[in-house]
Amino acid sequence: MAKENVIFGINGPVVTVKNSKDFSMMELVFVGNFKLAGEVININEKFTTIQVYEETTGLRPGEPVVGTNSTMSVTLGPGIMSNIFDGIQRPLFDIEKQSNDSFIDKAADVSVLSLERVFDVNVIISKGEELLPGQIYATCKETEVIIHKCLVPPNISGKVVKVSKSGKYKVNDTIAVIKNENSNIFNLTLCHKWPIRIPRPVAKRLGANIPLITGQRTLDTLFPIAKGGAAAVPGGFGAGKTMTQHQLAKWCDADIIVYVGCGERGNEMSQVLSEFSELIDPKSGRPMTDRTILIANTSNMPVAAREASIYTGITLAEYYRDMGYDVAMMADSTSRWAEALREISGRLEEMPAEEGFPAYLPSRISEFYERASRSKTLCGLEGSITVIGAVSPQGADFSEPVTQNTKRFVRCFWALDKSLAYARHYPAVNWMTSYSEYFNDLDSWFTKNLGYEFIDYRKKINEILHEEDKLMEIVKLVGADVLPDNQKLVIEIAKVIRVGFLQQNAFHKEDTFVNLEKQKQMMRVILYLNQKAKHLISSSIPISSLIKLGLFEKLTKMKYDIPNNKLEMFNDYIKEIDEKFETIFKKV
Amino acid sequence: MIIDYVGAQEISGSLVVLNNIKGASFEEMVEIRLKNALKRYGRIIQIDGEQVVIQVFEGTHSLSLSNFSTRLTGHPMQISLSPEILGRTFNGAGKPIDSLGEVFALTKRDINGKPMNPVSRIYPRDYINTGISSIDVLATLIRGQKLPIFSGSGMRHNDLAAQIVKQARISAENKDNFAIVFAAMGVKNDVADYFRRSFRKSGVISKTVTFLNLSNDPIVERVLTPRCALTTAEYLAFELNKHVLVVLTDMTSYAEALRELSSSKGEIPGRKGFPGYLYSDLASLYERAGMVKQSSGSVTQIPILTMPNDDITHPIPDLTGYITEGQIVLDKSLAGKGIYPPVSILSSLSRLMKDGIGDNFTRHDHPSLANQLFASYAKVMDVISLASVIGEDELSSIDRKYLKFGRLLESKFLNQAFDENRSIEQSLDFAWLILSTLPKSELDRIDDKLLDLYYRDENKIKQGKAVLNAALNDISKED
Repeated sequence: MAKENVIFGINGPVVTVKNSKDFSMMELVFVGNFKLAGEVININEKFTTIQVYEETTGLRPGEPVVGTNSTMSVTLGPGIMSNIFDGIQRPLFDIEKQSNDSFIDKAADVSVLSLERVFDVNVIISKGEELLPGQIYATCKETEVIIHKCLVPPNISGKVVKVSKSGKYKVNDTIAVIKNENSNIFNLTLCHKWPIRIPRPVAKRLGANIPLITGQRTLDTLFPIAKGGAAAVPGGFGAGKTMTQHQLAKWCDADIIVYVGCGERGNEMSQVLSEFSELIDPKSGRPMTDRTILIANTSNMPVAAREASIYTGITLAEYYRDMGYDVAMMADSTSRWAEALREISGRLEEMPAEEGFPAYLPSRISEFYERASRSKTLCGLEGSITVIGAVSPQGADFSEPVTQNTKRFVRCFWALDKSLAYARHYPAVNWMTSYSEYFNDLDSWFTKNLGYEFIDYRKKINEILHEEDKLMEIVKLVGADVLPDNQKLVIEIAKVIRVGFLQQNAFHKEDTFVNLEKQKQMMRVILYLNQKAKHLISSSIPISSLIKLGLFEKLTKMKYDIPNNKLEMFNDYIKEIDEKFETIFKKV
Repeated sequence: MIIDYVGAQEISGSLVVLNNIKGASFEEMVEIRLKNALKRYGRIIQIDGEQVVIQVFEGTHSLSLSNFSTRLTGHPMQISLSPEILGRTFNGAGKPIDSLGEVFALTKRDINGKPMNPVSRIYPRDYINTGISSIDVLATLIRGQKLPIFSGSGMRHNDLAAQIVKQARISAENKDNFAIVFAAMGVKNDVADYFRRSFRKSGVISKTVTFLNLSNDPIVERVLTPRCALTTAEYLAFELNKHVLVVLTDMTSYAEALRELSSSKGEIPGRKGFPGYLYSDLASLYERAGMVKQSSGSVTQIPILTMPNDDITHPIPDLTGYITEGQIVLDKSLAGKGIYPPVSILSSLSRLMKDGIGDNFTRHDHPSLANQLFASYAKVMDVISLASVIGEDELSSIDRKYLKFGRLLESKFLNQAFDENRSIEQSLDFAWLILSTLPKSELDRIDDKLLDLYYRDENKIKQGKAVLNAALNDISKED
C-alpha cells in the first residue's frame, strides 16, 4: 500500500503536505480527521499546498489527507432549483435539518441533492439509439414552472444498450446504459458531475441581439443589456448595489435566476429567501423561488469557499442554459471573490501585483465573464447566461484594480453614484459615467418591437441630460436665475427626466417594474412637453408662467399615476398639455 | 499524558517559536508557566511540521529562551459561561477582574463561534425606538441589526451610544429580557469609566457584561476581546433568549491591533499596511448579529469606530460599511455648530429600515417622509455650495427657503438634549412641521394623499407651532 499522506503545516485556510507525488492540481481532497473539503492549488517537489474550504481550527499535523482523483465538481441534476447552497454546493436547509442548529458545523456531511425525492421521469430515448454529448435523454418536472432536462454529460457519447421505462425515479437511479466506440460502459442516472472551473461546452456562440428586459427605466432605455451579455454594477457602500441586484433578479425576463451572495451579509440572504418566496411571479402565478437558485457564502463563512462560490454559481447557470433556458446570474459581490483570491495568494506568499492582488487577477476575471453568452447548446436549443456582477470598490474609488479590470471585460457598466444615493435617487445609476456597448446589437430589436421612435426618444433624452450637465456647471457658479429661458427649460425638463423617469421606486406597486411600452410613452410625453414649451418660449412667453401650469409636476408623478395596464391615459396628458398651452398662448 | 516543553527557539514581539512539538492542533490554547509559577496564555497560530508559532496574550516580556515551559491544553480558546455572568467585568481575554472570583461554568464555548446558517436567520423587522429623532426617522435601528457609529476624535459618540442604550425600547416589550454586552478595546480608562457610570445611572449595570481591554493592555488580548464579548452575547441571546445589545468600542483600535500582529508575523500587507484578510476578519465579528428561528432572543450590534483623520474611505470605516447594515456618520461641522447628536443626514443609512417602518411598524407616512427629507436636504447642500460662491443675497427665493429649511432641520430636528426621549410620532410631526416651510410643489417624493394629510399650510403651521411648544413644555416638565 502506498504511504499515507499526512498534514505537515497549517496556516489559516492553507495546509501543506510534505514529500508527496500523489496529488494533481485542482484535485478535491479531504483533510484531517474531520474530512474537511479542500482543493490542491500548488505542487512542488517538497510540498503540496491545499486550500481548505472550512475552518481549520483544531487540525493537527500528522492527520491524513485523502485524494479523490477528481477535481472540485458540482452535482447537476433535478433538485437544484429552489434550493440554497453554500459556496461548495452543500444544501443549507439540509444542513440545518441534520444538525438542528442555527450554526454551521464543520464538515457537515450531507448529500447535494435529495436522495429520497422521487421524480416523475419521462424517458425519451430508445434502445439502440446513438446518444451525442449534451443530448436530452429524459425530462422531469423539477418545480411547477421548470421542466428539468437530463443531459448526457458533454464528455460522453455512445449507443444505448439498456434503457428504463418512463416512471418514478430517484436521483441516483440508472435511467440508461450507454456504450461508446471503445466499449466503455456509462450509467446515466438523473444527475452527473461537472468540474466548476471548466466551462461547459456549447455548439456555437450566438450574437447578443435580444435585450434582457429589466423593467428598470434607466437600464432598459439608457443602458440596455443583451441576453448573454455581462454587466458590472460598481458602487461604494450604501450606493444600492444589492438593491439593484435584487430588483433585477425579481423583474428581469430571464427564465431562471442564479443569485450568488459571495462574501456578503447573512441578513441579506435571509431577505432574499423570504422576499422571493412571498413574491408571486406574474408570468406563472408561482413564487419566485420556483425558478431561483441561491448560493450563499456569507462574509463570515470560510474564505476559500467564497472563492469557489462564483464558479459553483456559473456552472449551475451553464447547466440550465444547456437545457435551453435564459439564465440570469447575479454575483454580489465579485470584489469579495477577488479579495478571497488575494487572501489566499497572500498565504501562499506569492508576489503581489497592484494593491496586493495577485498578478493573475485580470485573467481570472476575464475567464469568469467570458462564461456569459447566448449560445446554441449541444442539444440544439438556444439558451443564454447573462452575468451581472456587483463590484465593491475600496473607498468607492473606481480606479482600483478590481473595477478597472472588470471594466475591460464587460460591455455594460452601470456606475452607482454616492451623491445620487445620498439624495435617495434610486437606482443611483449615474447617467454620465455609465455606458452600454450593446446599442448597435440591440437597436434592430428595439426598432422591430417598439418602433424607431424608441431609439429616437432615447437619443433626445440623452442629449437633454448631457446639456443639463453642462449647464449645471454654470449654475453652480452663478445660480440658475441668470440663465435665459430656453436654458432654464432644459434644466426643468431634465429635472422631470431625472425625478419622473430615471428615478424609480422599488417599493411602489406600479413603479417597481415598468414595461417597455410605458417607458416609451413616458419619454414621448416628456419630450412632447419639452417641444411645446420650447415653442412657446421662442414666442417670448416666460418660463415661469409655464411652470405655474403644474404640468411639470404632473409629469414627474405620472409614473405613479398611470398604471402599467392603462397606457391610453398618456393621450390625456398630451391633450392636457395642448389645452393648457393653448390658453396661455391665447392670453398673450 | 501532559508534556511540558521547556524553552523556546525564538522570541519576537508577542510571538514565540517552539520546536519538536508533537500533537499540537491549529489555534489550540497553550499555557506558559514561568519559573515563578505565574501563568500566561497563548494560542498556536501557525504549524510547520514540529515547529509551532505561539502568540502570547499577556506579552513576552521577561521570557527568555530557557526560563519557561509550555503546555498544550488540547482545545481552542474558550470562555466559561453561565447566567451568573450578568453584571460581571472581565479583561479582554475573558478572565474576571472584578474580584468576584472565577465564573462557575455551565458551559464552555469556543470564542471563534461558528458561522450562522443563512437559512436559519430570521430577517429582522422590529424597529427599536431610540428616542433620537435623527436615528428613528432617518436611519431606523432594527432589532438584530449591526449599525455602527462612524465618528472622529473629539465628537460625542460615547454620549450617543450611552443614550441609545438608555432609551432603546420596543413598544410593549418585557424589560427583564434585555441585556447589554459592552466591549472596550484600546479605549482610555475614562471612557470605559464613563460607560460604566452611565450604565449604572440608567439602572442597567446588573444586566451588563463588561469586557475591558484598555489602551495600555496587551494588544494580543485586544484581538480576543470582541470575540469573547460576542460569544457571550450569542449565549445570552440564543440560549437564554434575551435581547442583547452589544456595544463595541473602538473598532479602530481593534483593527490596528490586528495590523500590529500581522506585521509581526511577517504577512504581506494590503491597503495602508492592514492585512489582506481585514475584511474577512471584521466580517467574522460583525456577522455575529441577528436573530435565528431556533430562539426568541436577538443580538443587535452598535460598533463604534473613530475614522482616522475623519476619512470615511480609510480601510477600517470602508470595510465596515461594506459589512454592516448601514452606518450612522457623525459630522464634525455639525458638531462645531453645537448640534448634538451631530448625525450627518446624507451619509447615514440603515439598510434594514425599509422593512421595519411604515404601516404596522412606525407610521404610514414614514417611508415617503424620510425619502423627501433626504432629497430636500441634498438640495440644501447644493444651495449652500452655490451660496458660498455667489453669496446668500443673490439666491432665488426658493433657494433661500431651502437654506431656512436646512437650518431648521439641523437646529430643531437633529438637535436634541442628551436626556430627551422623543416618541416616534413626535419626531415625525417635527419633521413634517419643518418640511412644511418648503412649498408643496417642491415635495416630489410624497404622493398627494399624504401631503393633504400632513402638509401644513400657514394656518396649520400656527396650530403646529402651538402643538410643538406644548410638546416642548411637556418634555421640560418631565425633567
